[in-house]
Amino acid sequence: MEPKTIIEKIWDKHVVHEEEGSPDLLYIDLHLVHEVTSPQAFEGLRMNNRRVRRPDLTFATMDHNVPTIARHIINDPVSKVQMEKLEENCNEFGVEIADINHPDQGIVHVIGPELGLTQPGKTIVCGDSHTSTHGAFGALAFGIGTSEVEHVLATQTLWQSRPKTIEVRVNGRLGSGVTAKDLILAVIAKFGVNAGTGAVVEYTGEAIRNMTMEERMTVCNMSIEAGAKAGLISPDETTFSYLKGKRHTPSGAAFDEAVAEWKKLATDPGAEYDEVLEIGAEEIEPQVTWGTNPSMGSSVYARVPFPEDYKDPGDQKAIKQALAYMDLKPGTPIQNIEIQYVFIGSCTNSRLSDLRSAAEIVRGRKVHEGVTALVVPGSKSVKDAAEAEGLDTVFKDAGFEWREAGCSMCLAMNDDIVPPGERCASTSNRNFEGRQGNGARTHLVSPAMAAAAAIEGRFTDARKVKPLVV
Amino acid sequence: MKRIERQGFGQFLFYNWRFDDDGRPRSDFNLNEEQYRNATILVAGKNFGCGSSREHAPWALLDYGFKVVIAPSFADIFYNNCVKNGILPIALNQEIISQLFSKARNGYELFVELDKQQVSDENGPVASFEIDPYWKEMLLNGWDEVSRTLSLEDQIKLYEEKQFVGE
Repeated sequence: MEPKTIIEKIWDKHVVHEEEGSPDLLYIDLHLVHEVTSPQAFEGLRMNNRRVRRPDLTFATMDHNVPTIARHIINDPVSKVQMEKLEENCNEFGVEIADINHPDQGIVHVIGPELGLTQPGKTIVCGDSHTSTHGAFGALAFGIGTSEVEHVLATQTLWQSRPKTIEVRVNGRLGSGVTAKDLILAVIAKFGVNAGTGAVVEYTGEAIRNMTMEERMTVCNMSIEAGAKAGLISPDETTFSYLKGKRHTPSGAAFDEAVAEWKKLATDPGAEYDEVLEIGAEEIEPQVTWGTNPSMGSSVYARVPFPEDYKDPGDQKAIKQALAYMDLKPGTPIQNIEIQYVFIGSCTNSRLSDLRSAAEIVRGRKVHEGVTALVVPGSKSVKDAAEAEGLDTVFKDAGFEWREAGCSMCLAMNDDIVPPGERCASTSNRNFEGRQGNGARTHLVSPAMAAAAAIEGRFTDARKVKPLVV
Repeated sequence: MKRIERQGFGQFLFYNWRFDDDGRPRSDFNLNEEQYRNATILVAGKNFGCGSSREHAPWALLDYGFKVVIAPSFADIFYNNCVKNGILPIALNQEIISQLFSKARNGYELFVELDKQQVSDENGPVASFEIDPYWKEMLLNGWDEVSRTLSLEDQIKLYEEKQFVGE
């Protein structure tokens, strides 16, 4: 048989209908729903007197708008309506929902894997671009718009054109203290925000194989920032042992059968991609973005670039605009940039291992004067697990705020907003203008780098902030 | 983005570029210039619609009055979202886009013919463009995609039985 990539294997298995001159009709195994991109879709069903075809393959939660301080006080009436609508819609159409008070509540891309809903070989969609996160398990997972949400609710399928395939091969090992976030930021800085347009990316190589599931989720999460439709990693023993015992994962003999199937998914030796991009893991240092798209980043030891460093006049203009918005002078060492806010959270970096790596740096130290620092766990269960090992105390003793789970300051749809002109070291995924608040300036970093910035009040190499013995 | 309807987003289009902190139109933003007030074709830079799955973006463009967006490249989800809302996204090469940017003043008019896949001005054809035949048919006929898919219900059922979906 012709060797195939995991992308082709999953695609071929899910084609319900194909015809000349039309995209393929793909079956969707799991549809995750949240409050922001679903109300108009449910309304569409209602207007056409349609039902949700497979409520059993649909799962909803609230994350984007939820308050992270007092759960019951939703100051913004429009946010409140959006959450109430989701509750109403799920009740009316028979969809299971983890609402704001539910023990399973959390960021949709954190709870899918936690509950074992995310599994190798599945097609997974959600009205959110960071759906690519689930690709870490060897699932084909991608974000869709609201019209497509309605289409999946009604038909459990989507019309999709077969994507290009790209292999991003990460050779060698990451240095000690260099994280999955640094890797994906370095990939985007090297290949650009258009590198993956129209394609699904598979991450391969030694550095990827050595990663835990949580690290792989961080990498796949930001595939969309490299322009890709989705990003995934062939499943292996790390994947299977993570999934064992999860609530929605098969158990007993059924689990072994599932594993046997999942093992067949990995890309065959000799399978060809449309394009191969390579990066050396050893050359990667802790990253900080300095601009207004995720490719505008560099090592913490670099300087803010000069627009003249770029050949293309369009790039020069973009760099000028970015530096004006960020209020940065070309040539400034990254380590001289002072920050006023720190946000540790988001679907990129809000899992237990992320909080642990930040806590290790924070323990026994104090947040720098004039810095407001927040930790927002990705889910209620991450929060509980972190509290069980005392991480909340570590953060609170240092002067961090310890919040309830949600998307929070990643996109400022609730009350967690960076004020105009203030600068934030953020573990989230997007540094677009106004993303964290009107006029707010975002620098994307890893949890360890964010923690180190909180302590120093400026960017510094987190590897040099050694854990204190307390 | 917190609204629960599809209408009324036009007022928010490019809000922070169009208006200052007091809600007054900024004189330095081109959509606020008289010559562009009633434009229905938006010419933009590369990777337009970058990254977001939010259909609120095309809803805002449509509500504001745009019917066509021309750019060197589009983000995938944004492209799909445009088509599904009746906006035609056209990818043209950077050189042509740069020419359009310099020509687009004082009543310059551009015509877009989807059936011929052609962009032209008063001097004749400017460029032809590619579009998937499926999207083209959908835009020209304005069909309801869900109804079309539901006509294949038997095949969906057959797939579910064969793959033991949900068992």
